[in-house]
Order: sequence, then C-alpha cells, then structure tokens
Amino acid sequence: MAATTITTQLAVPQRSLRSLAGLFAKEAKYEVLKNIRIPIYAASTIVFPLMFYVLFGIVLTPNNPVNRSEDATYLLATMGTFGVMGASLFGFAVSLAMERGQGWLQVKRASPMPLAAYFTAKLVSAMLFSGAIALALLAIGFTFAHVRLAPVRAAELVGILVMASIPFGAMGLTLGYIAKPNSAPAVVNLIYLPLSFCSGLWIPIFLLPKFLREVARVLPPFHISQLALRAVGMSRDAYSVSAHVQALAGFTLLFLGIAVVLYRRDEGQLYG
Amino acid sequence: MSAAIASIPYAVSPPVSVAQTRHLTKTYGSVTALRDVDFELRRGELLALLGPNGAGKTTLVRMLLGLANPDSGRVTVFDADPREEAMRYRVGAMLQVARVPETLKVREHIDLFSSYYPNPLPVAETLRIAGLEDLKDRRFGELSGGQRQRVLFAISICGDPDLLFLDEPTVGLDVEARRLMWTQIRALVARGKTVLLTTHYLNEADALADRILVLQHGSIVAEGTSAEIKARAIGKQVRFTSRLTPEEIRGIAGVLSVTSDRQKHEVQVQAAEPVVRELLNRDSWLTDLEVTSAGLEEAFLALTQNHNSNGSN
Repeated sequence: MAATTITTQLAVPQRSLRSLAGLFAKEAKYEVLKNIRIPIYAASTIVFPLMFYVLFGIVLTPNNPVNRSEDATYLLATMGTFGVMGASLFGFAVSLAMERGQGWLQVKRASPMPLAAYFTAKLVSAMLFSGAIALALLAIGFTFAHVRLAPVRAAELVGILVMASIPFGAMGLTLGYIAKPNSAPAVVNLIYLPLSFCSGLWIPIFLLPKFLREVARVLPPFHISQLALRAVGMSRDAYSVSAHVQALAGFTLLFLGIAVVLYRRDEGQLYG
Repeated sequence: MSAAIASIPYAVSPPVSVAQTRHLTKTYGSVTALRDVDFELRRGELLALLGPNGAGKTTLVRMLLGLANPDSGRVTVFDADPREEAMRYRVGAMLQVARVPETLKVREHIDLFSSYYPNPLPVAETLRIAGLEDLKDRRFGELSGGQRQRVLFAISICGDPDLLFLDEPTVGLDVEARRLMWTQIRALVARGKTVLLTTHYLNEADALADRILVLQHGSIVAEGTSAEIKARAIGKQVRFTSRLTPEEIRGIAGVLSVTSDRQKHEVQVQAAEPVVRELLNRDSWLTDLEVTSAGLEEAFLALTQNHNSNGSN
C-alpha cells in the first residue's frame, strides 16, 4: 500500500540543523577549492596587491627609514583595501556572471540546493582570500618595510579587511547580475581600477584634487580604506567610525536591493 | 499510513501521473517557445520528447523544473507547483550547460550535489552507475565531451530521485558512448524511475521510449508509442527504377512525396498497394521494386514537414 501511494505525496524533508550546516560548509569548501585552483583568480587577487605593495611600499619609497615605514604602513591599509575589493568583485561578479550565463547556476537551481548556501559560499571564499591578502601584506610589511604595529592593531586591520568582503561582495553580486559571462572580467576591471584610484587607494586621498575627494565620499572603497587607516593609526579624515560604517551599510543594502530586483527579473527567464 | 495519503484519488488506479501541463504557453520576446501544450508523464515510464532544435523541448523541461514561469496554463509535478522547493528533492535533472566549473574533480562535484539531497546514493554507487570510477579524481576540465556528459548524468542521479529529466543526454557523444548512456538510462527505468528524455535523435527515442511526443514549433504534433507514431505517419516507402518522371509519379493518388535520382525514385505513400498497382499500370518495365515500412526517422521527418506545410497554408 505504502509503495503505491507514497509517490504522489509531496513533503519537504526536514533537514536537521547539522546536515544543513554540513551542506553550507561543503558548498563553501568547494567554492574555495574551485577558486584557489584557478591560476588567474589566485594570481590576480593575491599576487597583484602584494606586488603593488612591494613596488610602492618598499621599492619606490624614500630612503629615510621613518618616512619609509610610514608609507609602508599607510599602504598596508590602502593596498589591503584594493586587494580585498578585487577578491570580492572577482569572486562574486565574475563567477556569478559566468555560472549564471553559462547555465551552471540552472543546474544547481534544479537541485534542492538552498540558494543561500550558494551565496554564502561565495562570501566565505571572498573572506578567506581577503584574510590571506591582509596577512600576506602584514608579513611583507613587517619583514621588509619596518612596519611596526601593535598586535591588536594588526588584528583590527585584518578584521576590517575581512569584513570588507560584505559590502564589496554585495557590489559584486549586483555586477554579476548585470554583466554577461564573457564581458564580466572587463566590466569588473573597468569599475575596479578607477574606483580604487578615486577612493585614494593609489595616491593618498589628501593628495587628490578637491573634487575627487568629494567624489570619494560616495565610493565604498574610500570608507573601507579610512577604517583600515584608522586601525593602523594613520587616518586623517574628519568622519567618525560610525559615519563610515553607516555609509557602508547603506551601500550594502543598496547593492543587495538592486541584486534582488535583477534576480527577480531573471526569475522565470532564461538564466538562473 | 495516514488518511491523507490514502485519500489521494488516483493513487490506487494506475497509471499514476507524476507530471502534467495544461494549456501551457510560453513566449520569449516575439518567439513562442510553447503553444498550448497538454501533456502527462506517467509513473515508471520513459517518455521521449522528440523534436528538432528550437522545437521547445528545453523550454518545457525548464518549466517542469520550475526554472521558468508559464505565461499561461498550468504545470504540476507530483501534484505541486514545480517552483516549490519540495519537488526538487524527488527530481534529478541533466541539463544542457555551456560550462561547468572545471577545477573541481569528478568526485567533488558528485559529493557536493549528493549533499543537497536527504537520501542520496553513496558517492561510490553514483560513480559506478555513471561509469566514472576510473575518472573520479580527474578535474572536470580534463575530461572529454563524453566523460563530461557522464558527470552531468551522475549529478542528476546522485540524489536517487524518483523522476529524472534528461535534456539531450547523448548530444555530442560518439556511438559507443551513446549506447553506454542508453544502457544506464534503461537500468534506471528498470529500477522504477520515471524518465523524461528530450532528444533530436530519432533512433534514440525509438530505442528507449515507452511513449513518444513529437514537438514542433512549440506544439505537440504527435503522441504515441514508436509503433503508433510510425502508423500515424506515412506508412510505407516505395523504391524503384522507372522512366516515369517525378511529376508523373507525384500525380498518382496516395503519393505523398517523391525523391528522385535520375531513374531511381523513392516515394512516400500512405498505403503501398494502390500506388504500386498504378505504377505498374503506367510503366510495365518498372524494375527494382522495393516496399519498406517507414522507420521512425522518416515518420518523424514526414510528420514535421506535413505539419509545416499545413501551418503555412
């Protein structure tokens, strides 16, 4: 009896909290493995910021050791921001645009995968890469550029850079829903590089012309870098921490809102 | 056994419908992908959705999976809206995908998808069924086209689903790999799974399906067993050598189409006898006469061409 009748009965199997946690963990693990094995991703997200840091923070600095270590400390915050922005934008925007546009997300969505696991995995991956970038920068700074930071401050810097994956990830999510798979890397670079410059990640913000400093106020990387500079004790800005955090929360919500709208537009169309 | 389950009316009277559509219509921009489609998938059967590229097969599969919304009409799978999460636990899907993450290993892809289901097959079992045991530690990017198809197949079965959607499972496979996939699909049906298969390979539908739906321009133009489809379509094919011109042959009642190579002619007819009688009347020197029953391939071609000319009138 049971064998013949049970087929038409449809019930959502109850997942235990433990199996759900296992599922999320597995999704995240494979997202990280997937990314770490893509040479171009690992290279452009980790190697580039480190290379630029060595170049601008160590090689091309004045000989005066005091200035030198100050510059290297300053760049720790700004290049760190640059690095985590790259990790999050590429990790979200490019991979989402590709997986969406090339049909892979459809395969996943045809399965019982909770969509939240998919996005959480991307966030975990971005955070992990961000943490690795921050730690690598610190190691280089301490070893080669005479950077001296109290452990608490260094930890604070790492924490801020890891958390930066949230607003940058939200931004990447929006881009991932806008960009086509083939153009996504170009679109990300087109946004990533000018945004870094205008936020004072390449040239310190106080050296930028006044109108650019005004523009920077509406750019998420500016706020991240100011928080990071504050952590290393090199902030010169007039805003409070809570002003930066509020701005970042606002950006995050805005990007998530746009992403939801774009997701709904996608829903029921060709893409996932 | 609860009363709720026992009260499902058709649960006791086979065949049980596991999926159906009613007046299903879907357009993408100016293209009508599906037009008023009514169909039913019954438990334990292998139904082939046969049609040329662009006929709407993939769109229909997407809608059955809840990945696309109908413009009008209704889709139900296991008596529920396919967009509901519950359906996905009992369904597996092999979809056409342009690119799969290439840096994950075969075993890892299967491990991940297995974790989505409450009662998955052991990974080793999935690998065995899909014939991937020797490839389990290869990265997806290192696999050949046929091996990639097998991974997508493995992903569709790893959750041990009751209902499988296989969208063009053998596209791009060589003959041997295709036969292997057929064997695996047959084994699933033998284990009681319900399978909806889309294909534009006519011999594939003929070889595998209990029932065939022929889809063209978003509409179902024929439905039945392979034999029924053949019977409904053009019955016979007549080949011969004759001095008659194609125009003269075309003029004979009952002739549906003529293809000629100099004096060799191939004629599609509904019934062979009256046409052959008339041919011999007109040309007593006619030689090499051969009458064959149309295979599904011809049947299908004729079906869709017929439909085409009707549609354009």
